[in-house]
Amino acid sequence: MIPPAFDYHAPKTLPEAAKLLANYGDAAKIIAGGHSLLPLMKLRLAEPAHLVDLNRVNDLKGIREEGGLICVGAMTAENDIIGSVLLQRKVPLLPEVARQIGDPQVRNRGTIGGDLAHGDPANDHPAAAIALDATFVLYGAKGERTVPAASFYLGIFATALEPGELLKEVRIKPFAAGTGHAYCKLKRKTGDWATAAAAVVLQISGGKASSVRIALTNAGPTPVHAKDAEAALLDKPITEQTIAAAAQAAMKACDPSEDLRGDRAYKVAMAGEMTKRAIRLALSRCN
Amino acid sequence: MAKTLITLTVNGKKIEQAVEPRTLLVHFLREELNLTGTHIGCETSHCGACTVDLDGKSVKSCTVFAVQAEGSTVLTVEGLAVGGKLHAVQEGFTQEHGLQCGFCTPGMMIRAYRLLQENPNPSEEEIRTGMSGNLCRCTGYQNIVKAVQHAAKKLQATPKAA
Repeated sequence: MIPPAFDYHAPKTLPEAAKLLANYGDAAKIIAGGHSLLPLMKLRLAEPAHLVDLNRVNDLKGIREEGGLICVGAMTAENDIIGSVLLQRKVPLLPEVARQIGDPQVRNRGTIGGDLAHGDPANDHPAAAIALDATFVLYGAKGERTVPAASFYLGIFATALEPGELLKEVRIKPFAAGTGHAYCKLKRKTGDWATAAAAVVLQISGGKASSVRIALTNAGPTPVHAKDAEAALLDKPITEQTIAAAAQAAMKACDPSEDLRGDRAYKVAMAGEMTKRAIRLALSRCN
Repeated sequence: MAKTLITLTVNGKKIEQAVEPRTLLVHFLREELNLTGTHIGCETSHCGACTVDLDGKSVKSCTVFAVQAEGSTVLTVEGLAVGGKLHAVQEGFTQEHGLQCGFCTPGMMIRAYRLLQENPNPSEEEIRTGMSGNLCRCTGYQNIVKAVQHAAKKLQATPKAA
């Protein structure tokens, strides 16, 4: 399948990229790893007149620690997230998520920024970003602004990105000692999107959950921040009983659409099961 | 539509050619360079038949534009054998019957080539995970794993052969 014709732009700096986006407006589309966009273009579901390729903007790549935060450039590839010693030590949820995306070849091209900014509720990083209480740095011709991950997703394929803006980086607080994490994803096969998945970040103090964040993938038109599930655990001991209550609350927050992965009831049930598994796994990693 | 001049190295040979921006890397390799060893399967980045090595990384060339390979180094299955001598990976697929119909084989081999550089001594599980982006519809995975193991052993015995 041959995609529709377009003009190709490969800026090398952020200001150049922002200028191109400002100039071409709605006629321009950003390409990162391209593994969502190219299939859409082949099917004529996307026909951008201009493609702005961010792959040569080196300032958007890499993982660093700055001002007490872990900063991940939007154009950092999934395989670089998996291989990052800094992330493995300070935010191990991110490599755990990246390992469950696509396959080795896809992870060489696919980027965290593309996954986050596309606005597809089936993508895996958004739920993790919400569970991590991450902050997104958005960059445009007018300058930079920050948006919490939990406020970024407005609807299916709709995000807080304004026309002309791009996602520059993700900022995350490093895990405090003893923080447990998990990303549990049910998928039919390698390379598939989640039938349902749950991201959990958990801290225990005095035998009770002192901090808990839970978010779900592919369980509604946007990633689902399961606040009631968090409330079911907060300040309580984590037992099979409280885990079941949290899963029930998570399932109530789900609004998935039926597709080849299952009907609504099955997907909601699986979101509950993934929530349970992720809480148990995160708990086992709290120490 | 205006064409863009790109310069890249394919199988050790420097190429300079004008392409339409919408030309996929796999179409460029097959139709402009006549390197038809790289196959087109699903066209949606699932099957891995179009896998090539781009700047030392395995990628699916149906989901990369040729213009994105500007300045890059590409290795396709045609570049594996040197001086008429099969690469250890090719020898492995031959010796262990790592194919039936052969459609997935070029992608399998170019992926295995890179996998064995990333991890020269992989366990069976690591081979299966490392090759998980390549599908074989003849269900020949057992022998594909054996072929990769064969190549790993051979490359370890003669490190320079890589």
